[in-house]
Amino acid sequence: MTGSRLVYAGVDVGASRTKVAVMDADRKLLGYHIKKSGTDFSATADFCLETSLKMAHADQADIINTVSTGYGRKNVSFAHESKTEIGCHAKGCFLYYPMAITIIDIGGQDNKVIKLDDKGRRIGFKMNRKCSAGTGAFLEEMAPRLEIPLEAMNGLAVQSTDMVKLGSFCTVFSGTEVLENIRNGKKVPDIVKGLFYSVIKRVIEMDAFTENVVMTGGVVAHNPYLVSMTETYIGQKILVPEHPQLTGAIGAALYAME
Amino acid sequence: MSEDKKPVIRRLNTSRDMGKFMADYYYELDDAAKSGKQKIAWCTSVGPAEILRAMGFLTYFPETHSAMLGTSRMATDLIPKANAIGYSPDICSYLTADIGAFLEGVTPLAKVFKGIESPPKPDVLVFNTNQCRDVQDWFNWYGEKFNVPVVGVHSYVGVGDVTSSHVASISKQMENMVEPLEEVAGRKLDMDELKQAVALSRECSDLWEKCLAAAAAKPSPLTFFDGTTLMGPAVVGRGTQKAIDAYKLLLEELEERVGQSLGALEEERFRIYWDGMPVWGRLGMHSKMFASLNTNVIASTYCSSWIFSALDPEDPFNSMARAYTELFIVRGDDYKEQYIKDKLDFFDVDGIIYHDAKTCPNNSNCRYGMPQRLAEETGIPSLTINGDLNDLRLLSDEQTKTNVEAFIEQLEENH
Repeated sequence: MTGSRLVYAGVDVGASRTKVAVMDADRKLLGYHIKKSGTDFSATADFCLETSLKMAHADQADIINTVSTGYGRKNVSFAHESKTEIGCHAKGCFLYYPMAITIIDIGGQDNKVIKLDDKGRRIGFKMNRKCSAGTGAFLEEMAPRLEIPLEAMNGLAVQSTDMVKLGSFCTVFSGTEVLENIRNGKKVPDIVKGLFYSVIKRVIEMDAFTENVVMTGGVVAHNPYLVSMTETYIGQKILVPEHPQLTGAIGAALYAME
Repeated sequence: MSEDKKPVIRRLNTSRDMGKFMADYYYELDDAAKSGKQKIAWCTSVGPAEILRAMGFLTYFPETHSAMLGTSRMATDLIPKANAIGYSPDICSYLTADIGAFLEGVTPLAKVFKGIESPPKPDVLVFNTNQCRDVQDWFNWYGEKFNVPVVGVHSYVGVGDVTSSHVASISKQMENMVEPLEEVAGRKLDMDELKQAVALSRECSDLWEKCLAAAAAKPSPLTFFDGTTLMGPAVVGRGTQKAIDAYKLLLEELEERVGQSLGALEEERFRIYWDGMPVWGRLGMHSKMFASLNTNVIASTYCSSWIFSALDPEDPFNSMARAYTELFIVRGDDYKEQYIKDKLDFFDVDGIIYHDAKTCPNNSNCRYGMPQRLAEETGIPSLTINGDLNDLRLLSDEQTKTNVEAFIEQLEENH
């Protein structure tokens, strides 16, 4: 038995989280789900799809086409095709902001800066180098050192009154700096804000920005204070879509429609 | 777009002849080293090989050994051995891999060529710093180890126009090498033999240039990845008739392919220019990755490094000085930008890939804004991949793959 309408699915298997978006032909988001990717990408993708379809009041038979993306894009057995996360984030963001934009995506393991022209064509992109400093993995590494849950970081950073600046490029050495600051009696909120500042710095240095900047990714979704800090840093208002963690999956679903 | 299909890459028949050429070359060196019947000089890859040929030396190029350490993926384990004795992991990984191999007493030659246990022991080492200063440190280390003389040319860097003063200075340094080399060789330099070596080198260079230029055809009959091994005779054999014979055969096959419109890939949708060193330990992987995306990396700055069009047998020292100073790697950014622009035009490419090789700043041309300037001037998009020539710890295959796939996806969507 099929649901009430035909749908397109986009599956973004990231290094940290798997995201699925189910959309209709009018490019409306009907269902979605986000889950830790874990070690069995295929099973996680299956689960996310099933949950998203339920939310969309649809089932597998209603899917016209599925496109996968992300680090584990080749592990999605039910996808008909795969696209890179750069292409999918571009497409997903252009749906909400159809103009020339620079996208900053801060993911679990990768940062991306993608530039689009006013037709949505990619004119260039950059990813972080081999090092994962400045990505979600950096914050995941630092939270236990401060003995705080990852999800508490945003709230703590907001409380900071005297940000601690960390100097190192390297996650491991940043960890040492964090310990040194704890020893010197610095407050946790000030250190957390310093960690956020490190993330921003690593992204800002990747490329020059155009007039309209969009921020996406799981790190942004869970730490909105990063966005306001970035706005202050670059002196520009930043656009954030309703579901910043889903833009890759939404872009994949849009590819599925093509 | 998918890179899952099995790519069809048409191998050149002459690549087998090139393999034999290299085998003969290493066996001849090994025989000379063991029997002592001919003196052996070690020379940097763009060093003054013609002088050495003319004085009867067999010439060994440690950089080809380092490249083999890369392709055999032995390098990554050997580099730390050199780091441990004071050679930083941030300097040339040709140097560190090669010294590491020496310290460990291992060589890929032993794996490939039965009966060869080690690189041939040198009687003299000859460098030219035109490519980088690291070669001087590299050769001096061996000079001490083997207790043999080291002679060198100290070249200029960031050269704009090659002037008569540049030529005079380098030429004089080359002439000054003759006396110490004569002492090692036990014979005098015969100018007629030098002229002959320069003439042979020039002919080799002209043929190699024509081979590389064949890639301008659509579809291209060869790939950059072919070029990195086909260039063997131009590196180790310039100044010999054998290298000329090898390239005559190669050119014939390439021209035949061009005549038949037979590409190196079954489908050549996009044409890419590669700037910088190859990632030796990933040649096969990269070759297949691009082929599966119907993309041919057709030309490079790197493979053109052994074109010495200024060589003139009638004026050997001055023309060698000019030829070895005119090289891309010796030049300033203005020259380099124009050079790449000319190549983009000549080969009619869709995109450029810059390899930012962590341990080879001299051969990484993307660090001072050149990609952005060239993209602005030509409209041709580029991608920079981070990696290294030999140290596989300095690259992420997954990052490279995603970057390359996304770049080709971008070319496809904007096509």
